[in-house]
Amino acid sequence: MTQNLLEVENLRVEFPTRRGTLVAVDDVSFSIAPGEVLGVVGESGAGKSLTGAAIIGLLEPPGRVAGGEIRLGGQRIDNLPYEKMRRIRGKEIGAIFQDPLTSLNPLYTIGRQLTETILTHLEVSEAEARDRAIKLLQEVGIPAAERRIDHYPHQFSGGMRQRVVIALALCANPRLIVADEPTTALDVSIQAQIITLLKRLCRDHGAAVMLVTHDMGVIAETADRVAVMYAGRIAEIGPVRDVIKRAKHPYTEGLMGSIPKLGGDEAKLAQIDGSMPRLTAIPKGCAFNPRCPKAFDRCRAERPDPIAVGDTKVACWLYDDAHKAAAE
Amino acid sequence: MAMDIVRRALDSDIFYSFRRSPVVVVAALVTVVFFAGAIFAPWIAPQNPFDLRQLNLMDASLPPVWLPDGMPEYPLGTDTQGRDVLSTILFGSRVSLLVGFLSVVFAMVLGVGLGLVAGYMGGTVDAIIMRIADVQLSFPAILIALLIDGVARIVIPREMHHEIALYVLILAIGFSGWVQYARTVRGSCLVEKSKEYVQAARVIGRHPAAIMFQHVLPNVMGPVLVIATIHLALAIITEATLSFLGVGVPPTEPSLGTLIRIGNNFLFSGEWWITVFPGAALVIMVLAVNLLGDWLRDALNPKLR
Amino acid sequence: MIAFVIRRLLQAVLVMLAVGFVGFSLFAYVGDPVSIMLGQDYTQEARQRLIQDLGLDQPFFIQYARFIAGAAQGEFGISYRLARPVAELLLERLPATLELSLCAAVLALAAGVPLGVYCGLNRDGWLARLLLSVSLIGVSLPTFLIGILLILFFSVILGWLPSFGRGDVVQLGGWSTGFLTPTGLRALILPSITLALFQLTLIMRLVRSEMLEVLRTDYIKFARARGLRNRAINFGHALKNTLVPVITITGLQLGGIIAFAIVTETVFQWPGMGFLFIQSVQAADVPVMAAYLMLIAFFFVLINLVVDLLYYLVDPRLRIDKGAAGGHGGH
Repeated sequence: MTQNLLEVENLRVEFPTRRGTLVAVDDVSFSIAPGEVLGVVGESGAGKSLTGAAIIGLLEPPGRVAGGEIRLGGQRIDNLPYEKMRRIRGKEIGAIFQDPLTSLNPLYTIGRQLTETILTHLEVSEAEARDRAIKLLQEVGIPAAERRIDHYPHQFSGGMRQRVVIALALCANPRLIVADEPTTALDVSIQAQIITLLKRLCRDHGAAVMLVTHDMGVIAETADRVAVMYAGRIAEIGPVRDVIKRAKHPYTEGLMGSIPKLGGDEAKLAQIDGSMPRLTAIPKGCAFNPRCPKAFDRCRAERPDPIAVGDTKVACWLYDDAHKAAAE
Repeated sequence: MAMDIVRRALDSDIFYSFRRSPVVVVAALVTVVFFAGAIFAPWIAPQNPFDLRQLNLMDASLPPVWLPDGMPEYPLGTDTQGRDVLSTILFGSRVSLLVGFLSVVFAMVLGVGLGLVAGYMGGTVDAIIMRIADVQLSFPAILIALLIDGVARIVIPREMHHEIALYVLILAIGFSGWVQYARTVRGSCLVEKSKEYVQAARVIGRHPAAIMFQHVLPNVMGPVLVIATIHLALAIITEATLSFLGVGVPPTEPSLGTLIRIGNNFLFSGEWWITVFPGAALVIMVLAVNLLGDWLRDALNPKLR
Repeated sequence: MIAFVIRRLLQAVLVMLAVGFVGFSLFAYVGDPVSIMLGQDYTQEARQRLIQDLGLDQPFFIQYARFIAGAAQGEFGISYRLARPVAELLLERLPATLELSLCAAVLALAAGVPLGVYCGLNRDGWLARLLLSVSLIGVSLPTFLIGILLILFFSVILGWLPSFGRGDVVQLGGWSTGFLTPTGLRALILPSITLALFQLTLIMRLVRSEMLEVLRTDYIKFARARGLRNRAINFGHALKNTLVPVITITGLQLGGIIAFAIVTETVFQWPGMGFLFIQSVQAADVPVMAAYLMLIAFFFVLINLVVDLLYYLVDPRLRIDKGAAGGHGGH
């Protein structure tokens, strides 16, 4: 088995507030293999974007990594000094943010933004950097790249800008791309194009992807494996087919039930009652227990840790040996 | 019920950020002291500096109490006519705060009113009001106040000067500051106007303006309060400046600015306290109000923290 | 580009006409110029003749047009107080005011912008917090009081610097400059600091808050995520974006410097236009007031025009017409 590219172990992200410390990401562990696409899904506030921000080392203060480890290619990166982490950002880990309209500096041409990124990380001349920038723009499907490289962001449409953002993330051939809701701000008609492009490019460049989204459809189409997050923890993580077709955690089941299937014959969409708890009021035991149709006493008392079931790990007492034995 | 409101207020974020910052607490205390001193000046001042019977020329030009020749009756010394500097400061703050406060109220009423009209009516009315605002904004408030005040002095017959100079000053300073209120309120109006409930109000037979104002006014309360606080500091400075230039309040009712102007003449003869203490009072008062305004802006706008 | 400049120029002309209207109204209706010019004893014919000479029997708009035409040629009538042509009076004092304002503006910008940038970048550092606190005192100090305190300290107590006047000036083809003599330069120091300090603190606070605003934006976060050096992010991306709003407000502040020159000139008895203006207000010398107003308005309009053009140069979103750029990839 090849070594994992990224390993996240017992990650904990805290926000100190005046009413006590909020734990926004709690005891999250997962790994990404080279070239693999890991989808991370969950409702807003589930901690998925913060996990991404923690990996690229750009948690916004007062948020901080309060525990656990993040390793990239075996090297620990969560405790690096700023300057060392800066050299990793962009070079080893590329990032794509949600809103292409605001991700680009309006006062610089896209060419300038591309070449400065290339020149920061690679030992090339200005001319070589420009050539590389044009090639990247062609790769992400910007027509007439030689001409458009000198244009300003406001001269591009939203979809085109997100292509530029992807080019920027790929500038220095990073081994990992953290994409935080890369299509949420785009027109539905363009979302599929961008996702296809992202997937193809990462395969071509051999980059692994951590794809953060709340869109199960995007995950199903793109990801190799998927992690489902709920209230700061991973509820279920496993190969995408298993999680989608044979969801194990009652929360995942609910999520899958809420996606309309083409040609499906279900009369109505399932939905989960209630809403995710706020970080200030996470219930005792399993965070999902108040909404869970299958909850039993233990769920209200003890917090479940991930339990391996086949290739999947699921944090649910239903899969605990003691419970299974009792059920039989 | 009342207890509940008090408890909620004490638990609110604003009160929390208030308690957290000792500087702001001090600023609030200073402001309260100044307001109290100004309001109760006739009762707490050791002397009425404008009652000639209470003045004693023998006591003229005395330094503050801690210097040689200082007398304990005059803690901050006396001016060249034997007036107690502390008393003139108390009475001067009274005029300064009165002018500042009333001109802020005038600017607020004018600005909020015009902002509502511009935001609600839109079209030509909006364009005209906002164009005037733009042009006025490109001229410093002090210049506009100076101009209005200067013209008023010429137009108004000389005999009436003393009586209405104070009100002219209030109007002049107030008029020079309405633009920011108007812009804020107009912006909020435009946001609310596009919302559906305003349109829906028409359907259920209520005047859309009425329901809109009901929603706009609470929304702009915070920003307007912030603008008003900072504007109060500015208005006090403007009044002091105009009075210093000799076109402000009449000399019979001196404000802090007038006191500084009068004292300025004695700077070279060594009687610095006649200028410096009113000046210090002015700065401390304005600083306290500015600190409150600054804090209020940050507290009401958590994004900036 | 040309269309933009023409539109801006037209707006400037409109503003000047509006200000001219105010100036003209002052001139024509405030304080009855005829009786002031005639003095105590006059005959009815003399009065009629003067009214005709001044064109006061003409319809309103003709009078207004004449006033504007006169103003455009620098013709503002005769000062009531000094009985000399107003244009002459103002021209004599123009160099004093402009030299003072220039020194103050350079000082305010050269200190205010770097301090603001520093405070924005190190928002939680002790020096930045100290500067911010001190700046609030600066904002709370009225200009005239700064002047008085500087005079008290440097002129009265220490006796280092002069407390009034311009010192010796040199005539350079009608322009009297204080830049070329030691006394002239020494005389400039206190008034320049006085005039600059208030604007300096305002500019510093403004730059700081704009900088903080920009540092919160997504493109700065994205620039960090790209691993750019801090230097490039702070002094390239962030500073350039900060400049856009700062230019506008700095323009307004320069206008403020010219206005507050009135106060500074009064404190230091600086023989400039502002001092003349205050004396005119106190003496109800309407022609000087009207002319000063027009001149100041002219400066403001000029500054605003320059600001708009700078804006245009800094921000490509204004420079490039969106439609003309074309090529909206719609595939």
